[in-house]
Amino acid sequence: MKYAFFPGCVSKGGCPELYQSIMHVYPKLGIELEEMTTASCTGAGVLQEKDQKLGDVLNARTFALAEQRGLPIMTICSTCQGVMSQANLRLKLDPKYLAEVNHVLAEERLTYRGTTNIRHFVWILLEDVGEQAIQQAVTRPLTGLRAAPFYGCYLQRPTEALGFDEQPSRAQSLETVIRLLGAEVVDFPGKSQCCGLPILTINERNSLMMVANHTSDAKNHGADVMVTPCPLCHLNLDGMQSKAENQQSTTINLPVLHLPQLLGLAMGLDSKSLGLHRNLVSPGSVLEKVGVEF
Amino acid sequence: MQATFRIRRFNPESESLASYDQDYVLETQPSDTVLDGLIKIRESIDESLTLRCSCRGSICGSCGMRINGEATLACKTKVISMIADGGTLHIEPMKNMPVIKDLVTDMEGFWEKIRKVQPWLQPKGPEPKGEYVASSESMGHLTGVMGCIMCGVCVSDCTVLEVDRNFLGPAALAKSYRFVADPRDGNAKTRLFALNTPGGMWDCTRCMECVEVCPKGVGAMDRIMALRAKGMEQHVPSTCGSRHAEVFADIIRQKGVLDEPMLAVRTFGLGNIPQLLSFIPTMIQAFKRGKVPKIGIFHRAIPGIRSIQRIFREMRKSR
Repeated sequence: MKYAFFPGCVSKGGCPELYQSIMHVYPKLGIELEEMTTASCTGAGVLQEKDQKLGDVLNARTFALAEQRGLPIMTICSTCQGVMSQANLRLKLDPKYLAEVNHVLAEERLTYRGTTNIRHFVWILLEDVGEQAIQQAVTRPLTGLRAAPFYGCYLQRPTEALGFDEQPSRAQSLETVIRLLGAEVVDFPGKSQCCGLPILTINERNSLMMVANHTSDAKNHGADVMVTPCPLCHLNLDGMQSKAENQQSTTINLPVLHLPQLLGLAMGLDSKSLGLHRNLVSPGSVLEKVGVEF
Repeated sequence: MQATFRIRRFNPESESLASYDQDYVLETQPSDTVLDGLIKIRESIDESLTLRCSCRGSICGSCGMRINGEATLACKTKVISMIADGGTLHIEPMKNMPVIKDLVTDMEGFWEKIRKVQPWLQPKGPEPKGEYVASSESMGHLTGVMGCIMCGVCVSDCTVLEVDRNFLGPAALAKSYRFVADPRDGNAKTRLFALNTPGGMWDCTRCMECVEVCPKGVGAMDRIMALRAKGMEQHVPSTCGSRHAEVFADIIRQKGVLDEPMLAVRTFGLGNIPQLLSFIPTMIQAFKRGKVPKIGIFHRAIPGIRSIQRIFREMRKSR
């Protein structure tokens, strides 16, 4: 199980604890990674607002680099995954378009043949690592912990690009992993909705209201913690939760963990290795519940 | 097969104004749509059940409702595609609009926003002697958006409208695109300037809910993104929305990856002191936790940045 690892900008920037936690978790699951240090940002859907084809060329370059190594790509960000999945679908569906894109890449002696498979870590867990191996890696089951999943839009829509028809389990992948770790799933309507980050700098009021609605809704449904496979969602749901509390004149205080942080806890790793001290909403209550020193 | 229809009921004339769920158990055929089932209930079990429907063929757009948590047309949804034998269908009225009774919602707000984007052609210049001629090539890309049947399904599941009723919403914005991109319309710039205001094209979160639920493949969010691109091409006055996209692209061109703090600072603009200051408590909190993203000269470009910059140059030339 070897992958070309695409860490994404945010795990190297605003959420270093995500990069730190995945680095501690993946070797314990039989995964091997080769980091793609020369790959560019996917564009996150924002660059595509200005020029979709430019975004597709940049992503095709990344796919071609992985193809050269003969490796599938592993992402740890819902947005990176979604944007790359959509670009890959456009390139695969239209040979003429792929040829145009390859024409731009030609000077770099790169050609994308359309064979790169791009998958998020949460899908790899279920599709490659397997439920049995995950359960075997769990040394500290999260019994009694009530965890609310929060996917990030790009890991849920559009289903056509995300391969939900071929792999229907992807729609519920986060819930499946939470259960395998011994925790209880807290279902709530907002789990597939937008975290609000894309409009944080454009319409802060609306963005923060989304943060407040989703975190307080999950808490009202009984969640001890929220878990997300998307660092952009984490930036808003964790990073802006305190600002959202002020705006809505309420107290929420719901810890939000990156998926590898939750996995690491169940796999017996300590809180420092998982960068839990870096989460802005203190995860102290979660650690107490699972018996880990903070 | 047997199916339970759990329907969200609401009667404005009842003493208690609370909505409630009511179960109806019925036998359905493999060919039955959810609308067939609802009509069966109304005709043979409970004539008080109120719903709106007409064509039964996904043309009139009357029977929009939420089925198992997602807005859709009841006439386009087969019961057998939603549940197994003996299962339960959860049927609710559309969201983001007031409920009149049971599954019937008040669409006045929807129409008001459609009217607001002036959904009619506004040609400029002298009137031609015959008809306005447009080539197939120049109109072909509009067939998808012209397929909108105004059912309100996208508006129901729009995540921005949930928190802000002033947002124009996916249906009205897609309708606006239909005219902005029509070669016969002469008012595109004015339309884009009007959309470059709070509640307009920049307030969409790109969550893709509208794309996913639309029964006609209109792709409203994609149209909103196209409006943004056209707005930037037409140099609409700079806002946080347009700056966000422009600065994002510029940072990727310079560094290959995102410099997040720089994106925020340049999007707000150095002159927007109150907005910048409002983030200081969060930044202090983050610094205390060891979250110190690199910014500016400390944020170095990726190895291979020359390739990225060459791609940007090539793409600019080809435009």
